[in-house]
Amino acid sequence: MYLDEDEAKAVVNIDKDLVAASATPLVLAILAEGESYGYAILKRVREISGGELEWTDGMLYPLLHRLHRLGYVTREWRIPPEGRRRRYYAITDEGQAALAEHKRQWLTVARALGDAWGGGDLMPLAFGRA
Amino acid sequence: MGRLDIGIGEWRAFVEQSPAVDGRDAEELEAHLRDQIADLTAAGLTADEAFLIAVKRIGKLDDVSREFAREHSGRLWRQLVTSDGGEERETDSRWLEAIVFAAAAAVTIQVARLAAGFPGEESSWLLQNASLFVLPFLGGYFARRRGLSMRHSLLTVVPFAIAAVVINLYPYVEGGSTELLVAAHLPVVLWFVIAYPYMSGTLDSHERRMDFVRFTGEWFIYYVLIALGGGVLLALTALILEPTGADVELIFEWALPSGVTGAVIVAAWLVESKQRVVENMAPVLTMIFTPLFAGMLIIAVVVYALTGLGGAFDRELLGVFDAMLVVVLGLVLYGISARDPSTSPGWIDRIQLVAVVSALVLDLMVLGVMLARIGELGFTPNRTAALGLNIVLLVNLAGAAWVSTRFLTGQSTFHRLERWQTTYLPIFGLWAATVVVILPPLFSFI
Repeated sequence: MYLDEDEAKAVVNIDKDLVAASATPLVLAILAEGESYGYAILKRVREISGGELEWTDGMLYPLLHRLHRLGYVTREWRIPPEGRRRRYYAITDEGQAALAEHKRQWLTVARALGDAWGGGDLMPLAFGRA
Repeated sequence: MGRLDIGIGEWRAFVEQSPAVDGRDAEELEAHLRDQIADLTAAGLTADEAFLIAVKRIGKLDDVSREFAREHSGRLWRQLVTSDGGEERETDSRWLEAIVFAAAAAVTIQVARLAAGFPGEESSWLLQNASLFVLPFLGGYFARRRGLSMRHSLLTVVPFAIAAVVINLYPYVEGGSTELLVAAHLPVVLWFVIAYPYMSGTLDSHERRMDFVRFTGEWFIYYVLIALGGGVLLALTALILEPTGADVELIFEWALPSGVTGAVIVAAWLVESKQRVVENMAPVLTMIFTPLFAGMLIIAVVVYALTGLGGAFDRELLGVFDAMLVVVLGLVLYGISARDPSTSPGWIDRIQLVAVVSALVLDLMVLGVMLARIGELGFTPNRTAALGLNIVLLVNLAGAAWVSTRFLTGQSTFHRLERWQTTYLPIFGLWAATVVVILPPLFSFI
């Protein structure tokens, strides 16, 4: 168990592919909390991951484009009472369904990894919360 | 803040240089940059520092715009952004490849023509096999161009071989209708076979299927242009040589078949290497012809609803109707493939729906008459082939009408409409294959 402490201290450099694969469910999950705009979504990603998931900010926007094309989110320009014109994104029913599907897949993967690594029950729990 | 605004302005101008990023995307990115700068200055950084960090966080603009380009599925963007000088030179040097395949097809058709003794004698053998002398070369061209593996290349050959064996072993009754039906449907089947090497063997990818639809439309445009030019060239040559007493017939015998077949591959090469030219032209053409066809269809529906279809209906008219429905479907399909999927419904989508619905009504009328005739006179190969085609078209048009209505009323996305068409695509090929392979034995080759 001494490993855990080491791991917690080291900066975990998450593999690029893993970041890319988790981007869609993460963004959908954040939008499921309520509508939001690009910059706020990225802030929320940092918050949730404790700063460990490093995204290149610009890459969020092509992703949002894709989600919009697939009909998972709607988007709309709006000017909040104070602040600048921003494009707000909200999740659709189809997006919710896609999120549920993503969740199912990630849980399966996490459970399998947990079993393979010997009763690591923590992973599924962590996913359950996200 | 003056200096900061200048900095942001320059940055934004740089973002907008990328053809894949439109004004609204740039505005969104700028809002992001400004939010980030505001947060960083609030944390105590100077405006200059905040600007630098915020810019760095957004990431390399090349990467971002490439990612946008990948997302804007229109190939145009992908081409413009990802092609650098090197790729450009490569396409230039590949014309030789196309010429070799085109020449091979041109020579093959001549050999076949001489073997059949055409035009001295009428040859249904040549008519039936004509596409088999041309399209395998197009398949080979794509197999080579896409760098297909040995296994995939062999898989490309298999359908051509099967088609050649099947249509030449069937004992058609001479002058019968199955013979002609096969001749008319085989090119369609083989065109779908081309999709395999064209899509580098990835038949499942809906995006690649859409690319193939786009390719088909653009190929058609190039082919028509080449045919027009070739026609003028041949006519002028004939007129100029006639006074000298040269045998003009000979020019047509030799130049025409070779030109017609060679152009198949040259047009494909043009689509591949001069994409930008046709991509600018094709959407304009669909924009012009979709409304015209919609108008024509409405008139046809009204006229036939008033006069009734039964009286005027014969075999030729049926052929005209089917040809028209196929053209309308082609136009709709191409229109879908050329459209930017991220834009919201516009007038052209409404007109397209009008065209689809009127085609649907016409198709239903034709089907009604056809079923009545079949009930009265029984099945023949021609009636069966026509009935099948009309049902295949009917289902496609009905589905398209339903999905685009939902798209126009905001209940669905354009993506669904694309999906419906790309999912349906193989059915056209399968029906054509059914007519070629199953129909003749079913009617004992009459």
